[in-house]
Amino acid sequence: MSAPDLLGGVILAALVLYALLGGADFGGGIWDLLASGPRVKEQRALIERAIGPIWEANHVWLILVVVLLFTGFPAAFARISIALFTPLVLLLVGIVLRGAAFTFRTYDYPEDVVQRRWGVLFSGASILAPLMLGAVVGALAAGWRAGSSGAGAGHWLSAFSAATGVFAAALFAYLAATYLAVEAEGSLRDDFRRRAIGAGVAVFVCAALVAAISAREAPLVFEGLTRRPFTLPLHLATGAAAVIAFVALAKKRVRAARTAAALQVALIVVGWGASQYPYLVPPDLTVRSAAGPRATLVPLLWALGAGALLLFPALHLLFRIFKGERPFAIVDRPRTR
Amino acid sequence: MNDLLAARALFGVSLVFHIVFAAVGVSMPLFMVLAEWRWRRTGDPVHLDLARRWAKGVAILFAVGAVSGTVISFELGLLWPRFMAFAGPIIGMPFSLEGFAFFAEAIFLGIYLYGWNRAGPRLHLAAGVAVAVSGAVSAFFVTLANAWMNAPAGFRVDFAGNPVEVGPFTAMFPPGWAHEVVHVLLSSYAATGFAVAGIHAVLLLRHPDHAFHRAALRIAFGVGAVAALLQPVSGDFSARQIAQTQPVKLAALEGQFRTERGAPLRIGGLPDAEREETRWALEVPAGLSLLAFHDPHAEVRGLGAFPREVWPNTRLVHLAFQVMVGLGSIMAVVAIAWIVQRARRREPGPRLLRTIALAGPAGFLALEAGWLVTEWGRQPYTIWGTMRTADAVTPVTGLAAPLVAFLLLYVFLGAMVILLLRRQIAHVPSAPEPSGAPPEVTR
Repeated sequence: MSAPDLLGGVILAALVLYALLGGADFGGGIWDLLASGPRVKEQRALIERAIGPIWEANHVWLILVVVLLFTGFPAAFARISIALFTPLVLLLVGIVLRGAAFTFRTYDYPEDVVQRRWGVLFSGASILAPLMLGAVVGALAAGWRAGSSGAGAGHWLSAFSAATGVFAAALFAYLAATYLAVEAEGSLRDDFRRRAIGAGVAVFVCAALVAAISAREAPLVFEGLTRRPFTLPLHLATGAAAVIAFVALAKKRVRAARTAAALQVALIVVGWGASQYPYLVPPDLTVRSAAGPRATLVPLLWALGAGALLLFPALHLLFRIFKGERPFAIVDRPRTR
Repeated sequence: MNDLLAARALFGVSLVFHIVFAAVGVSMPLFMVLAEWRWRRTGDPVHLDLARRWAKGVAILFAVGAVSGTVISFELGLLWPRFMAFAGPIIGMPFSLEGFAFFAEAIFLGIYLYGWNRAGPRLHLAAGVAVAVSGAVSAFFVTLANAWMNAPAGFRVDFAGNPVEVGPFTAMFPPGWAHEVVHVLLSSYAATGFAVAGIHAVLLLRHPDHAFHRAALRIAFGVGAVAALLQPVSGDFSARQIAQTQPVKLAALEGQFRTERGAPLRIGGLPDAEREETRWALEVPAGLSLLAFHDPHAEVRGLGAFPREVWPNTRLVHLAFQVMVGLGSIMAVVAIAWIVQRARRREPGPRLLRTIALAGPAGFLALEAGWLVTEWGRQPYTIWGTMRTADAVTPVTGLAAPLVAFLLLYVFLGAMVILLLRRQIAHVPSAPEPSGAPPEVTR
């Protein structure tokens, strides 16, 4: 494997982790907006407790993606920044307002009016950000032609990028609901279990929509979905994960459901990456042609390896402190035995 | 407004905003840890209360710093794609390492803020130390990237204008990296120390003998005063380095137009680029030669020795420099007054408190002025001698719209931060509720 391929793989892995962790935090914001039923307050309180200690760490995965992109693939970074200027600015607005409003809500007066006002901003921004993130990915995968003069507003928005935007929001809501079902107890758990099933259906509908539109607007993605060597195994694995997640949700095995849902989302992101490969920015920039000099890439990969040795134990400590003794366990420990 | 100006304004505004939170993120965790450490050692509940309230302040400021820093990382590409396409592989290394430092900061801050009851006492304190250390390490790496822009190294430009023979580790430590890193780190501790101490000094004037504010003042101004005293030494080191590596910048910030031996040090004054002279300045004979080269007869190259198209805006650079040095000098004097008082084991009296309150904003004003000196002083280049700012800018048009949007966003965030911080410290009870039990934490 060449250095550019390896770094591309690291970026994709960071994106997967951002979707699984940071994405779920956005999903939490979506459920804050959609809180309903007799336990509205409890739902919102659980979301706040779940996100509070970890959202800033989860957010850093996105920073890592940006930094690795401009260090390793400077030509791609420049091209994406120019052509997708508008959705990226809107993404930033969403990111800023989500983080700020969430924190301000935590430290502002506990009165309902004040809390609700920040809550609207927090949850609204939690929807805006994934919509824009998904649209950026969609526009990238669809492979626009970035003329030096034609770059800018308008080009990024298409039926396909709109569909991927909604798809991203659905995926994040789905993840968040399965995670929250694990962290909740009793009837609150059932609230999020049901929401996870609903969001899972939305994910399925969105995926079908994205696939259908890709036939016309995103040839690379369509090809990846229909006739590349990895197509069938990827479909089978994703489908299996989805089915397991559904069955586990229905059978109230929330930990198993959470793992299957995370696997399903990870496979979707990896599938997107595999479909685009070897293109980094279709239609012409490949992983190889956009790569920076080897003198940069090789030490960067070593630095990433060294950094990972520090990062993952620290992350594990964080999750162990706030998500229980077995933060990533798959098996639900039976309560009565 | 033309788009280059809008891009510069947007990036400038973003950094002017972010840099405050970045500096706070470097030093405030240190204050917070010192307070907790003192509580753990002495059992004094005032220091626990202090650590807890400062931690809330850190939480608010760090969150805004994290999101405004995200804006900067995207804006590097959104506003300066050609700069990043060129420089990304050369200076990506410090940015990547900074990413890991940022990870550590975010992870351990989460543990610190939410872990008062969940993490053991040692782990909790250690998490606080990790936040303070990784904050400083972040600033270290980011400043390296800026030092490279001022004095680029570790590459060669080929005939097509692309960088070749890239040496990321040579680029990571360009000439003059040490002075810039030291200066930036000290400025963070001094600015935050003075600002925090200024707030508590105001509250002490209103409520004399308030134990909480006395403790806060001791820690914050203790750190701030040490940094403010070291800063002139670091400034001298910087001036000598800049004289070697960035002579145009030195000439601009000193308002030195003619090349001469025994150049004077100008205090104040207004440079006039048309007439090539700096008027109304108080001149200390041979002062500049002495400071920049430690030799009163040394030759200082003036702006006239360089083509006019590489001159920065001499008026802005000189004025910003005067503001920075003036405020820094005042801060050093206040720091000495404080240290004398502390050496006599006396609590600061109302006069010193009033002075500290007045000097509160000086650190951040000096920090912003100093940042403007280094950025304006490098113009018209983004990468000194290699890439002009005008050649780095994005082809995207209509940048006034995002400029206005982010301006409004920053004003809103700034106002909210002030409001919320005010609430955390304005009405602190003089003696916290007595409780031997571990604190019940409400975030």
